[in-house]
Amino acid sequence: MDQIALDVAHLFAGGLVLVSFMLLYQDRMSGLVNTFALHALVVSLSVAWQAYIQHAPHLYITASIALLVKAIVIPTALHRIIVRLGIHRTIEPVVGVGQTMLAGIGLVALSIMVMLPITAAAGTLAREDLAFALSVVLLGLLMMISRRNAVSQVIGFMSIENGLILAATGAKGMPLVVEISVAFSILVALIVIGVFLFRIRERFETVDIHELHEHRGEQP
Amino acid sequence: MAVILGLLVQLCQMLIVLALAPLLTGYVRKVKAHLLRRQGPPVLQPYRDLLRLVRKEAVVAASASWVFRAAPYLVFGTTWVAAALVPTFATGLLFSYAADVIAIVALLGSARFMLALAGLDVGTSFGGIGSSREMMIASLAEPAMLMAVFTLSLLAGSTQLSSIAASLQGPETGLRISLALALVALVMVAIAENARIPIDNPATHLELTMVHEAMILEYSGRHLALIEAASYLKLLLYLSIISCVFFPWGVAVSGQGFEAYLVGAGMYVVKLAGGGLVLAVFETAIAKMRVFRVPDFLGAALMLGFLAALLLFVSQVK
Amino acid sequence: MTGYGAWFVAAVLIIPGVSAALLALLPDDRTTARLNMLAAFLTLACAAVLFVERPAPGRYLIVDDLNVVFIVLSTFVGFTTSVFSASYIAHELEIGRLTPLYLRFYHAMYQILMFGMNLALLSNNIGLMWVAIELATLTTVLMVGIYRTPAALEAAWKYFLLGSVGIALALFGTILVYLAAHATLGEGLDAMAWSALVEHAARFDPALLNLAFVFLLLGYGTKVGLVPLHAWLPDAHAEGPTPISAVLSGLLLNVALFAVLRFKTIMSANPQALAPGPLMVSLGLLSVIFASLMLYRRQDIKRLFAYSSIEHMGIITFAFGMGGPLANFAGLLHMTLHSLTKSAIFFCVGHIAQAKGTQRMPDIRGLTVSHPVLGWGLVLGVVAIAGLPPTGIFMSEFLIITTTFAREPALAVALGLSILVALGALILRLNGLVFGEPHGPSAPSRASYIPVFAHLAIVLAAGVWLPPALVAWFQHVASRLS
Repeated sequence: MDQIALDVAHLFAGGLVLVSFMLLYQDRMSGLVNTFALHALVVSLSVAWQAYIQHAPHLYITASIALLVKAIVIPTALHRIIVRLGIHRTIEPVVGVGQTMLAGIGLVALSIMVMLPITAAAGTLAREDLAFALSVVLLGLLMMISRRNAVSQVIGFMSIENGLILAATGAKGMPLVVEISVAFSILVALIVIGVFLFRIRERFETVDIHELHEHRGEQP
Repeated sequence: MAVILGLLVQLCQMLIVLALAPLLTGYVRKVKAHLLRRQGPPVLQPYRDLLRLVRKEAVVAASASWVFRAAPYLVFGTTWVAAALVPTFATGLLFSYAADVIAIVALLGSARFMLALAGLDVGTSFGGIGSSREMMIASLAEPAMLMAVFTLSLLAGSTQLSSIAASLQGPETGLRISLALALVALVMVAIAENARIPIDNPATHLELTMVHEAMILEYSGRHLALIEAASYLKLLLYLSIISCVFFPWGVAVSGQGFEAYLVGAGMYVVKLAGGGLVLAVFETAIAKMRVFRVPDFLGAALMLGFLAALLLFVSQVK
Repeated sequence: MTGYGAWFVAAVLIIPGVSAALLALLPDDRTTARLNMLAAFLTLACAAVLFVERPAPGRYLIVDDLNVVFIVLSTFVGFTTSVFSASYIAHELEIGRLTPLYLRFYHAMYQILMFGMNLALLSNNIGLMWVAIELATLTTVLMVGIYRTPAALEAAWKYFLLGSVGIALALFGTILVYLAAHATLGEGLDAMAWSALVEHAARFDPALLNLAFVFLLLGYGTKVGLVPLHAWLPDAHAEGPTPISAVLSGLLLNVALFAVLRFKTIMSANPQALAPGPLMVSLGLLSVIFASLMLYRRQDIKRLFAYSSIEHMGIITFAFGMGGPLANFAGLLHMTLHSLTKSAIFFCVGHIAQAKGTQRMPDIRGLTVSHPVLGWGLVLGVVAIAGLPPTGIFMSEFLIITTTFAREPALAVALGLSILVALGALILRLNGLVFGEPHGPSAPSRASYIPVFAHLAIVLAAGVWLPPALVAWFQHVASRLS
């Protein structure tokens, strides 16, 4: 494959990992939503580039859906919800930011060490994309468990989906499912935002997960 | 004969570095002043400052020890050696085998160590504040710098600055995100090490906001001149490293002849001017951070360095 | 011949879809409940036809030995649950726990859930299977939170998050399987068709398959409720409406395990890949031990049976992990019988909770005196689920333990002990629930008893006599699985 093509794809995928770290670092709600919009933008650019170098025009649709819905519509909706529900607060992490970042670096190193030897037979592009995609997925998981806030858990989940989109486009020629999974991610996001955040807020006056936790059923 | 010529060229580089350093600082101050719609001090003012200080009497506190008196010389010496080793207009000079990035980091580290000791030596509280803040910044900035350097060395296969510059000039490097990340990390570290906004305001007169200045509050006369010269050299050194590694165009290779050296020197001055301009604009555009935010800033630099190295591994392991 | 089969397969999918749309629009609650039952019955009828008429596997859908009985089981339990749901929901409407708007939502979601599960069972494309399971999970998430109490919201949120994480991991595993396959099968839909994957699995890259299976087991295993990924299950069962608990325990866990089985067959077809057995055995055993211990301190009746579901899913996973024709046969039988028994128990429990107005077990006493039919139904159900003879579950558990004992005696002892521990807990609780003097509120229950006893009759009959055709079918599938 053309070296420039590989380099640019590498650039986008590495950039996505970087933006995932930026997501981990945010401590204000609005900053979090804006960084997520950047995350979705990088993913759509990456998918568009893959569409170009793989000569797979149906991926352009995926890229535009990711751009429109995840980079524009959902962040706007989240901003409005944040204003309406009055949750301008800061997001408290469960452990300090520094430790979270170190854990994130560890996860990235782990995913690279796991994926690269295994995918030795596949093409360079697929290998790198998969290693980065797994890093993004693991970083999204880290974000979901290290923040005490429902909105950040939702954003962590959506960043996991972005990582999966990257993986699916990296696996050349995976048909249809890319479109379907994108459609599903939109559906999930709409359901989450439209239904849960409102309900949680109206029931609990807060979206702090620890408040939610007190209502869990009996534990051993 | 060739050895004598090589030695002469190397000496030229040492002297050029020493001569240009105050000019660079004066130029940066001038640009900042113009951005603030002031006239600002003349570009040659730092030379005049140094001359004035040298002529004045050095007042030493009664409680000072030999560390206080020896530190300026050591700081100036190590910084000048480090600055002289970085390739400016030509790579591959006579002493370039010693221009190992890790050696340079070590030299700068010892300079900082001596200065921090000197800040503590007199026993005033402001000196103590300055030294402890400087060490906190150093404990984060040095790993970040080493990670950035590590990335570059991985790419080039060597820690020698000349080899790094030569290999990054070649075609096989290409567009790499690791390079971009390493550049950003190195710039952040450079800002921290040179006590520039947003880490430290070099023009402040409020002791509680000082980091670097607080350590040297007690110095005067020729001691202060040496320390000021060392800080000018440090700025020049960081700009030289960044320009020789990331913007290696126009740098001559040793032995190419006098015209190549002239072109290299011209390009070097242009790069310094460009770097100084960017620095001035950046300093004017943002505000100084509070001291407790500095670890976040440097932690980000460290993360970027880590990421750069990791991403490089991904593409190296074929 | 093949032409008709395709129509019925399409019908199994189209009927729930169309009725979901209809149910979302119709306002009257009695009509919607009846329409729900009718749709479920029609789906069952079409599914039953698939026993005789079977279309050739296509790129997207397949009807083979493995899934045909599960489709019939799924539609059957869906039908009986809709009958139960009609009376249950009517009562909830009366006491005001649900409004008519939410009722339309509930029925529409119910049919979409049926659609999702049928699609997951019928799909040949591994990507389509993933999509269907995600759809089914989403609908149950929405339905778990339907009461909108704080506890229900917490349960739904936890279920949503854990389920989504599981789904994400499963998708990653699916992508890895595609990667392993497309080197051999080329790009495009062929590399995602399960029938093609099983055929050519021996030529796939084993390292990729290993990693893929780990992700798939973790991802779909979250939906099966394997320990330590089970945290959503007790809350979701306890806080959602009881028909949803029945469908979750009875059907959705089965469908998720079915997905794991599909991938296990792909793994087993490649001799160089990691043996999937030990992983499944350890997860299954861990689930059984953990769940049986947890049964002792439960205070909520639905939570008790939720942990029982975890325990039984652990037993089934253990059985399939052990492998071999006898263990696979036992696993398949257990899947079917557990589905029937657990849903029957939840039918009883739902009406009991409504009659007593509480789900807390210390407040429920003397059911055989106050509500004899429900009380004795519960007794039969618990006897069946605890694995006492002569029920079918006893037979399948016995088969699993004996075949395990022949190969790994230590594991068999551990499994047997855990089952005994669980049995003790269940009988202890049952004693408190059904015998003694009744106290507390006691509304008369207008329950529908037919679903309960239909299921229990099948389970009890299976303990004594299995129709030979069914036995032959199970054995055939069991041999194909190893």
